[in-house]
Amino acid sequence: MSHRVVITGLGVCAPNGVGLQDFTHSLQHGISGIRFQPRLKQLQFSCQIAGEPLIKDNVLQQYFTPLQLRGLNASGLVYGVIAGMDAWKDANLPLAPKETPDWDSGIVFGTGILGADKFRESIYAIDQGNTRRLGSTSVMQVMASGISAYLGGMLGAGNQVTTNSSACTTGTEGILMAYERIKSGRATRMLTGSCSDSGPYLWAGFDSMRILPRNYNETPEKASRPMSATAAGFVPGSGAGALVLESLESALNRGATIYAEVLGGAVNSGGQRGSGSMTAPNSEAVVRCIEEAVQASGIHSADIDTVNGHLTATSKDALEISNWSQALKGVGTDFPYINSFKGLFGHCLAAAGSIECVASVLQIEKGQVFGNVNCEDLNPAILTLVDPIKIPRKTILHQPKIMAKASFGFGDVNACVIFSAFND
Amino acid sequence: MTEAARYQKLKEIVTIYLPEDVAVDMITEESHFINELNINSANLVDIVLDVEDAFDILLENEDMDQMQTVKDALAIIDTKLTKTS
Repeated sequence: MSHRVVITGLGVCAPNGVGLQDFTHSLQHGISGIRFQPRLKQLQFSCQIAGEPLIKDNVLQQYFTPLQLRGLNASGLVYGVIAGMDAWKDANLPLAPKETPDWDSGIVFGTGILGADKFRESIYAIDQGNTRRLGSTSVMQVMASGISAYLGGMLGAGNQVTTNSSACTTGTEGILMAYERIKSGRATRMLTGSCSDSGPYLWAGFDSMRILPRNYNETPEKASRPMSATAAGFVPGSGAGALVLESLESALNRGATIYAEVLGGAVNSGGQRGSGSMTAPNSEAVVRCIEEAVQASGIHSADIDTVNGHLTATSKDALEISNWSQALKGVGTDFPYINSFKGLFGHCLAAAGSIECVASVLQIEKGQVFGNVNCEDLNPAILTLVDPIKIPRKTILHQPKIMAKASFGFGDVNACVIFSAFND
Repeated sequence: MTEAARYQKLKEIVTIYLPEDVAVDMITEESHFINELNINSANLVDIVLDVEDAFDILLENEDMDQMQTVKDALAIIDTKLTKTS
């Protein structure tokens, strides 16, 4: 038996807002979370700006025990726990009792690399012959699945508890993994999301690849320019997003607030063949992924009225739009509303998919399409395919009925998920 | 440092590793770290490191194996301090 799957909880720890209220306000009003990072200047990065969530110290005690806080040096883990626990609370779900796990609740919470700062700290100790001084927390802060492990213990989850990793596709892929598990009846509720650390050790590789903007160190809020003719590369970011997915029966039985329904989706890879490579997506694969997502959701491509793209703010944005246009068979005013949230918080890497899915679902809740920023000079190649009215530069009132969200990642991997406003 | 002061110092270290449902006043000299105080065995490593820092001593792996109860820990600390002084 196949189960319908709905979203009953959201949590977020984003550069432009920690918690749903601040995050929503920032998205509605175009408030940026991209700031100058003195540390990156000191380390002679070309790109000295980034999107990093601002966490108040006293907030941590609400999420971590004093013991867990000792030696905690893994920013992604902090973001993931905040977003994950907030989502669970937002769904109004209890923690499992002390002696018995909640067998019906599981976790798919992804990341790219966890606890880079902790790992650095350990490496210094190890190289000085001080391995015995590492203590017990090094392993769980640097293992990728540390985030699902921490959350698993806090919730008492007794179903599948795992961490997925597929570069910038991670968060969107995780939602589909959680969706499949509930749809097939193997779990009733899944907490899904993804997180990514902050800091030079995460971002340096991209700076070295020279794919980050170099000329906006004095004007950080202007740097991330998705769909703009002057897009100059993605701004690195960090944070976490989390969603509670639940079977419709369970949500209705307990009278939960339903944000949206997950209709389906698809994941695939371009195999680094044709136009695809380690770093560039194969367009044929992207188109297929979107088409398969539409098909799997039992809708027609014309039903999609809102799209949240991957759109990282490079010259390749136009190619992504072309792929959407081909897959959805829409041009001009027949193209859905489209936006990229990266203009406001940059590219949060492994956390991008989940933070952007949370933002997408908030659009359904608010009956709005959040405005794009920094694209007053739209890329002309995009304008040949999309009427500018479909690229709102300010937040507009529009109730999304069916929305597509896609993420693409290094390794030529793709994920596309279809959300709909819930109606029974 | 008096015996009482050492015991007090050790208690302060152990307190931080107690699970939520174990109260500080449950710590006695006879308490077994894992079986009675419900301390996660992984955290014994951290207790050892904290003891090293607090008393400025170095504990060997064998010391750790013998450190089952609060009393054991006090005895080991006592031996080390005597050696170094």
